[in-house]
Amino acid sequence: MALIDTINPLLTTGWTKGDAGWGIKDYEARGGYKQLRRVLESRMTQDDLIAEVKTSVLRGRGGAGFPTGLKWSFMPKAAPLKYVVCNTDEGEPGTFKDRDLMRFDPHAVIEGMIIAGYAVGAKAGYNYIHGEIFEVYQRFEEALDQARAAGYLGNNILGSEFSFDLFAHHGWGAYICGEETGLLESIEGKKGQPRYKPPFPANFGLYGKPTTINNTETFAAIPFILGMGGEAYLNLGKPNNGGTKLFSVSGHVNRPGNFEVPMGTPFSKLLEMAGGMRGGRKLKAVIPGGSSAPVLPADVIMDCTMDYDSIAKAGSMLGSGAVIVMDETVCMVKALERLSYFYYEESCGQCTPCREGSGWLYRVVHRIEHGEGRPEDLDLLNRVTDNMMGKTICALADAAAFPVRSFIKHFKSEFEYHIENKKCLVDPETQRMGSGFFKAGAA
Amino acid sequence: MDNDNAQLSPEALRRIDREVAKYPADQKQSAVMAALVIAQDEKGWLPKETIAAVAEYLGMAPMAAYEVASFYNMYDLHPVGKYKITVCTNLPCALSGGVHAAEYVKTKLGIDFNETTADGKFTLKEGECMGACGDAPVMLVNNKRMCSFMLPEQIDNLLAECK
Ligand SMILES: Cc1cc2nc3c(=O)[nH]c(=O)nc-3n(C[C@H](O)[C@H](O)[C@H](O)COP(=O)(O)O)c2cc1C
Ligand code: SF4
Ligand code: FES
Repeated sequence: MALIDTINPLLTTGWTKGDAGWGIKDYEARGGYKQLRRVLESRMTQDDLIAEVKTSVLRGRGGAGFPTGLKWSFMPKAAPLKYVVCNTDEGEPGTFKDRDLMRFDPHAVIEGMIIAGYAVGAKAGYNYIHGEIFEVYQRFEEALDQARAAGYLGNNILGSEFSFDLFAHHGWGAYICGEETGLLESIEGKKGQPRYKPPFPANFGLYGKPTTINNTETFAAIPFILGMGGEAYLNLGKPNNGGTKLFSVSGHVNRPGNFEVPMGTPFSKLLEMAGGMRGGRKLKAVIPGGSSAPVLPADVIMDCTMDYDSIAKAGSMLGSGAVIVMDETVCMVKALERLSYFYYEESCGQCTPCREGSGWLYRVVHRIEHGEGRPEDLDLLNRVTDNMMGKTICALADAAAFPVRSFIKHFKSEFEYHIENKKCLVDPETQRMGSGFFKAGAA
Repeated sequence: MDNDNAQLSPEALRRIDREVAKYPADQKQSAVMAALVIAQDEKGWLPKETIAAVAEYLGMAPMAAYEVASFYNMYDLHPVGKYKITVCTNLPCALSGGVHAAEYVKTKLGIDFNETTADGKFTLKEGECMGACGDAPVMLVNNKRMCSFMLPEQIDNLLAECK
């Protein structure tokens, strides 16, 4: 699945040739590595470079939306050995943008990482790639060889005093390695169990050295920001929400896929670009930022624009930009049951509230879905989430709690109906029409 | 398996060396994830003795390598069929037929999740999000090959291709 549509192509300019345009010659032909060359030849200072990124108000594309320039400025200047790490462990259900970025424009990620390395004074970097996309990992290794052969990686890059090398590391099936400190543990060859923070990676990161870690899309945006200037990039989006963003639209739309649009684009426009609702059915709910973001009912999301602030104001999170669209055929209890299973399955197990709580959530939602719910179960679910949120080492516990709380909050009648009547409020005939949950042949 | 069979081929060791070279000299353990994949590819799965051989080669405690092998889902600590098929059934895929696809494979092969066909050819697994939800239904064959838009016809072709 390549790019489906765009309003303002930036990150996706290189995607038009699909699998044929990822190589270094194509990248250079569309202006690639020009910004790295300019930074090195003009001997741009680290402070100026970081200031430019700050001006752009690029906010981290991995989920939390933390300002990238600010994050870079936290790196201690004096430390002799520092690292840059890219998070391509894209496993947040609904998110599939980094895979396409890496397939169609791996050199943009490489150039962004080298420039970041220069900005924070790192000598080496690693890109951690989701194990499930092994073919993409192999292509990235090829791209690294191309960049090395062309003199963009290694000692004295383009004849400058700056030396930097970059390597690929793959995961092997653990969602929790998307959490930045779990990811660092994993590169160190251990179980991917998140670390206590503080200390933050900028002080104690990979191998205990200061480390900057950003999402793939964040790094890929860097060459474009330097190309057009931070101010112009900011103005593409809206104040405090700079630039364009990739949205992965999945679920009940006619054309699922990736879309690059300016921050602040109305949700209704994005839905239209995705071909509208499948079968012309009615929109019921949208999870706007990956499965960990609270669900929003149709009328709320239809009034939102796609940017950090608007979605936050509506009570959810822009997260990774994964937009999961559900129509009227979906039983919300069943949908939540699948998500709760995911968090239960992926909890790394080191914090009791998360390990036990995620299991409780799944088991209780499961019993409601299977006609064994009890009147007190909704209170029980909310109580369990109270005991999880903000009480653990990493945010996976919160990510498990948000869907439960928001599904119950916005679709309470469906849960109550299930408990009382031991069946779905959305009748099975309707579900069969579209929800995709029924067995092959039965639809 | 006896210890001789647990040993890795010179070709596998050469590939592991290439992984080791990515990391600082005193951080060989960083290569353990890739090394275990290389070992799994060679042996078909990861017997304890093979995990120990990888650990020894990287100069780490066998238990440390075993912890890694058991933490990450795609390492096979038990024998699997010649073709391991993993179907994503997470919500975004389910909304576009992921569960249908899994049911179709189950019916065709006559097995459930976590089972292997009697002839040892196919093992079926349920997977979590593979970061390819726009291509739903998606499945992985032997961990490394991703198959997109797997409707019944595509599934028939895939299964026929697996000799
Ligand atoms: C459970 C969990 C899973 C995460 N998964 C990812 C992921 O797949 N990709 C990603 O870039 N960030 C993920 N994050 C966020 C990272 O911890 C980190 O904030 C991010 O990589 C920083 O990059 P950014 O500032 O460019 O967004 C995850 C966080 C949590 C708590
Ligand atoms: S919150 Fe859950 S996933 Fe995160 S460290 Fe604790 S147990 Fe592990
Ligand atoms: S939910 Fe199946 S690939 Fe993402």
